[in-house]
Amino acid sequence: MKIVVRVKHVPDTEAKIRIAADGKGPDLAGVKMIVSPYDEYALEEALLLRESGAASELVAMSAGGDEVVASLRQALAVGADRAVHVQDQALAGADALARAKALAAALAAEAPDLVFTGKTGVGDDEGQVGPMLAELLDRPHVGNAAKIEVGNGRFTAWRGIEGAVEVMEGSLPALVTWDKGDHEPRYASLKGIMAAKKKPLDVKKASDLGAAPGKRLVVRESIELPPPRPAGKILTGDAGTAAKELVRLLHDEAKVI
Amino acid sequence: MATVLVLLERRGGDLKRASLQAVSVARRLAGEGGRVDALALGSGAEGAAPAAGDAGADRLLVAADAAFDRYAPEPHAKVLAQAARESGAEIVLAAGTALGRDVAGRTAAALGTGLLSDVIEIERPPSGGLRARRPIYSGKAFAWESIPEARPAMATLRPNAFPVTPSGKTAETVALTVTPVAARVVATRLETPPQQELDVAEARVIVSGGRGLKGPEHFSLIRDLANALGGAVGASRAVVDAGWIPHAHQVGQTGKVVSPGLYVACGISGAIQHLAGMSSSKVIVAINKDADAPIFKVATYGIVGDVFEVLPKLTEEIRKVKS
Repeated sequence: MKIVVRVKHVPDTEAKIRIAADGKGPDLAGVKMIVSPYDEYALEEALLLRESGAASELVAMSAGGDEVVASLRQALAVGADRAVHVQDQALAGADALARAKALAAALAAEAPDLVFTGKTGVGDDEGQVGPMLAELLDRPHVGNAAKIEVGNGRFTAWRGIEGAVEVMEGSLPALVTWDKGDHEPRYASLKGIMAAKKKPLDVKKASDLGAAPGKRLVVRESIELPPPRPAGKILTGDAGTAAKELVRLLHDEAKVI
Repeated sequence: MATVLVLLERRGGDLKRASLQAVSVARRLAGEGGRVDALALGSGAEGAAPAAGDAGADRLLVAADAAFDRYAPEPHAKVLAQAARESGAEIVLAAGTALGRDVAGRTAAALGTGLLSDVIEIERPPSGGLRARRPIYSGKAFAWESIPEARPAMATLRPNAFPVTPSGKTAETVALTVTPVAARVVATRLETPPQQELDVAEARVIVSGGRGLKGPEHFSLIRDLANALGGAVGASRAVVDAGWIPHAHQVGQTGKVVSPGLYVACGISGAIQHLAGMSSSKVIVAINKDADAPIFKVATYGIVGDVFEVLPKLTEEIRKVKS
C-alpha cells in the first residue's frame, strides 16, 4: 500500500503576524517557516501505518515555489521514502482550487491508495485543499480524522465533529485529512536529517502537468490586525465581593447572562 | 437581488442552529425580490420547512432519500452541486461545521468555483458574488476576500458569528429529483462523550481552564461554572498536552478558534496561541493570580485572584442569578 502525504509550508504558529507593505498579506521576512502542524499529524499517522506493515511506501508532496523544499526535506528526515515537489512560484499566491488542481495532477500519476494531509493549513485556515483534492481525484474522503484502522482494502476512521466522534467506514483508494490524534509527531534524528539529503526529491513543474495556476477565483483584497480590545475593568476586593460584582456586570452591563 | 442556496445540516431530525444562521444571512444577501433556497436531505427532510422558512428561506428543496440519512461526503456534495445548478444560485452558503466545510470544499471543486471559509462578515457587492471577512492565522489577523467572477460564489459561515432573524413565514416545499451516487465512505455511527457535552466550537458560553488549576482533578471547578452558565468546557494547549483533558476541548491555534458571547479564562496566562483562538469573543473574563498575565490585556473584566477561591464563589453567584 502506498501513501502520499501532502505537506504545506507555513509560518510558525508562535510567530507574530505583521502586515506586508501592500496590505494584502503577512510580512514573512525573518519569520520561521514550518511544516503545517496538522500535516505533521498526517505524516506521523502515515509513518505508523508503514511501521505496522500496512503501508509499504510513503511519499511526501508539496506544491509551491522553491521555499517548500525545506518542508519536504523535513518530511524525508522523519521517514518519508521520497518526495515530490509540484513546482510553480505562482502556487504560493494561488487560491485553494488552483493548488488542489496542481496537487491532483501530480497525485494522479502517483495513484496512491491513501492521500493524507492536515485538516487545514495553519495560516490561511481554509481547510479547502483536502476535500477539493478528493473531489478532483474522484475518491472518497474523511475530514478531521483523529484515528484510522486499515486492512483488506477498507478502512475505518474516527473524526471529530461538533460534540461527538463520527465513525466513518469506506474503501480504498481514499483521502483523509487529519486533526490532532493520539500520536505526537516525532522529531527528526540527526541520522534522519543526513539520510534525507540523499533521498529522491522529484521536481515536477506545474506547467508540465498542465496545472499552472490561472487567474485567482478568490481575491485577497486586504488583511488587517485584530482591532485592539477596549481596556478592561479589573475587579478588586476579596473573592466573594469580586465574584458578586462580576456577575452584576455580566448581567447588567454586558448582558451576556 | 439574487438567488442564494443554503445547505441545511440536520442531526437527529433537528436543524443545526448554524444552518439557520446561514439561512438568515442568505435572506439578507438575496435582497428585495431575491430568492432563498434551502436544501434539506434525508428522511423527513420536508419537516425543516417551518424552521427554514422562519429563518428566511422561500423554498425548501427536499431530497428525502434515506440514502442521505447517514453522512457521506460524495453524495452530499453531488446533490448540493445539482441543487446549485437547478436553482441557478449566484451564491451558495453552508454552516462552517465539520460537515459544512467537508461538503462545501468538494462542491466548490466539482463546480470549479471559489469558496470563502469560515467567514464572520459577509456581503454581496453591487456587481454580485461575495465579499467577506475571515480570520486568518487563527485570528491573529483578518482578511477581506472576494469572489468577483466565479459563480456560484460559495462561503462557509462561522457558527454563532451571525444571528437568526425570524420572519414568521414558512418555506414552500419543492422535491428535488436525485439519484444518490454510491457512497464509498459513509458514517456508520456516532460516539458521543459519556455526559452529553456541549462543543466549544458551537457554544455561546465557554469556561476554560489552564495550568493555574494545578491538576486534572480540579477541572470540576471549571465544569461546575460551565454547567451553571449553560456553557462548554474549554482548555489551554498546556493542559491538553499534559493529558488533563481531551484535545476536543482545546481552544487556540491547533485547537478550536472560537468567538462565543462570553469566554471565561481561568488560570490561563494567555499564550499567543491561545489568544489567537479566543480574542474575538464578545465578552472575556479573566481570572488569574498573576496581574501581569497577557490574558488581562484582552479581558473585558478581570479578577486578579486565586481560581480556587474565586471559582466556587462565582458559580454560587451565577446559580443565584439563574434561579
